[in-house]
Amino acid sequence: MTITPATDRAALVRAIAVQHLDERGALMPVLHDVNEELGHIERQDVEAIADVLNLSIADVHGVISFYKDFRTAPAAAHTVALCRAEACQAVGAEALYADTVQRAGELGDDVEVDEIFCFGNCALGPSGMLDGRLHGRLSADRLTTLTEGWRP
Amino acid sequence: MTTVYVPGDAAAVSVGADEVAAAFEAAGVRVVRNGSRGMLWLEPLVEVETDRGRVGYGNVRVEDVTPLVEEVVLRPSRNQRGESDLLDQRGCIGLVDEHPWLAGQQRVSFGRVGVVDPTSIADYESHGGWAGLRRALALSPAEVVAEVTDSGLRGRGGAGFPAGVKWKTVLETDADLKFVACNFDEGDSGAFADRMVVEGDPFTLIEGMTIAAHAVGATEGYVYIRSEYPHATKALRRAVDAAYTHGYLGSDVLGSGLTFDLHVRVGAGAYICGEESSMLDSLEGRRGEVRAKPPIPAISGMFGRPTAVNNVLTLCAVPMILADGGAAYAELGTGRSRGTQVFQLAGNVKQGGIVELPFGVTLGELVEEYGGGTLTGRPVRAVQVGGPLGAYLPPDQFDLPMDYEAFAEAGAMVGHGGIVVFDETVDMARMARFAMEFCAAESCGKCTPCRVGSVRGVETMDRIIAGHDVSRNLTLLDDLCETMTKGSLCAMGGLTPMPVQSAIKHFPEDFDRQPEGVTT
Repeated sequence: MTITPATDRAALVRAIAVQHLDERGALMPVLHDVNEELGHIERQDVEAIADVLNLSIADVHGVISFYKDFRTAPAAAHTVALCRAEACQAVGAEALYADTVQRAGELGDDVEVDEIFCFGNCALGPSGMLDGRLHGRLSADRLTTLTEGWRP
Repeated sequence: MTTVYVPGDAAAVSVGADEVAAAFEAAGVRVVRNGSRGMLWLEPLVEVETDRGRVGYGNVRVEDVTPLVEEVVLRPSRNQRGESDLLDQRGCIGLVDEHPWLAGQQRVSFGRVGVVDPTSIADYESHGGWAGLRRALALSPAEVVAEVTDSGLRGRGGAGFPAGVKWKTVLETDADLKFVACNFDEGDSGAFADRMVVEGDPFTLIEGMTIAAHAVGATEGYVYIRSEYPHATKALRRAVDAAYTHGYLGSDVLGSGLTFDLHVRVGAGAYICGEESSMLDSLEGRRGEVRAKPPIPAISGMFGRPTAVNNVLTLCAVPMILADGGAAYAELGTGRSRGTQVFQLAGNVKQGGIVELPFGVTLGELVEEYGGGTLTGRPVRAVQVGGPLGAYLPPDQFDLPMDYEAFAEAGAMVGHGGIVVFDETVDMARMARFAMEFCAAESCGKCTPCRVGSVRGVETMDRIIAGHDVSRNLTLLDDLCETMTKGSLCAMGGLTPMPVQSAIKHFPEDFDRQPEGVTT
């Protein structure tokens, strides 16, 4: 991960916010862009965004905390998001999720396992997203194969 | 050079379609990334173009590509000859259009999905695209609304509200600015038709929204897509850019004087934003909290302006209704459920995917004939229809026709037509608990019955599952469900009791538990 000096970061966040200024309800697109480009949204970013969009810090904070996608801390090196919704449960997602949480450390050094409710891949479950790539018909063995490159 | 079709649909990609497409390209074959035909158990389903039509090969793996290229793609004569010598070889399913699973369907909304190249605006036009918009622009807004009303089209997002009535309200409400907002926050488990239609035929949605804009007098449109759908977001953004380039969006659409700008917005992982008023708050850049109604969004919606909020499939049905007339659409269906419904078979099902048929087909025909029973081969024990807020039904209800009113009478809902199948190993008390758990996780928190009721529901289910005072806790749960049903602001809290109470009603044996260590 590259370390962005605080002043550069503030300038970057402001520049992102300014890009969306003429859009209606610009806050969500701004937060998405900051989250994506900088990996997460920091307390200081909140102040900069609020200032540019003429919102209160509380408004911006409230939106960030409402939505699951907006991170306030950097993500792990690798992410596993497994679907736990009904259609995937019908083909064993609960056991797969529990097993994956338990052996996250075995899949790689720095792995984050998260639950998701539905990727819209409900006929080919259990479904999961590994580092942003969707996979269907997952199993514990398949997860081990797919994460091979994550281990030294 | 023979063209090979390899779906770019997220479901196909999730089981290796990208790698298969890359292998064909590496072999020098022309590849089109089409949408999925909806026979998802066959994905990746590769189609090879022949003089007789497109011949399909199911479950193609990367290692199958070289033999397929050598035996089929480079030897068209072999491909042309009757399919008998090829059938069952390399997963050949014969002519895709004649496959019994597809041939029996009546595809209206999904007519082009899997057939066309979703990136090609020319392909869209040559398959009947823009005919509805051209006709609509020649009509007055009131005439367009009348056509939609005559079609009997009802909201496909689950609520089934008549689309024409909604549009009429927006049209007749005076305002300096009006919006069309498409609800593409398809968060329900077992629902994936919105995603597939946009990935496989994105221009249909754009055409439907542009017609809606003309009909209600809107100048701006917003599509709210869930962030769990990156493939669909990319497909739609690409299509919107192409539509602008070709004059189907922007100022003076097709020289008609209509101005319509379409924006694609992405959600951020909140299920509740599929509820229309939460979605509007989210579009405004706020926490996705449910609004009290009235006022209805058709009168006071996004930024307080009249807003036509419609689901993806509702809007995708509009181009056909305008092209062929409302009467043609109304001829399909049964009772007050007109047209076709895109049913989605999901979960523990042998043949999962998209089945588009007129309303009236029975639940059993869908699950057993199209679905072919369970994937595990065990007997079907339960199906959940209409998403996480829909009822669980046992096979003895399989003669129910898929019809809004018939389902409502049976204490269930058709919803968006998603059907999730479970085999005999399912523990219905666990599923009832999950319904409450899901509600607790996804409640926006605005109203107490939903925010607190769902947490109390989980606790009560935990006591029932543990066998503690089961009879009294079931009574308590029933009371709690009644409070949630009657007291919640929206369908999240209001309908969470439906899966819970239907599970108790149809599968009482799963709730009749004994404390651990106690045997009867």
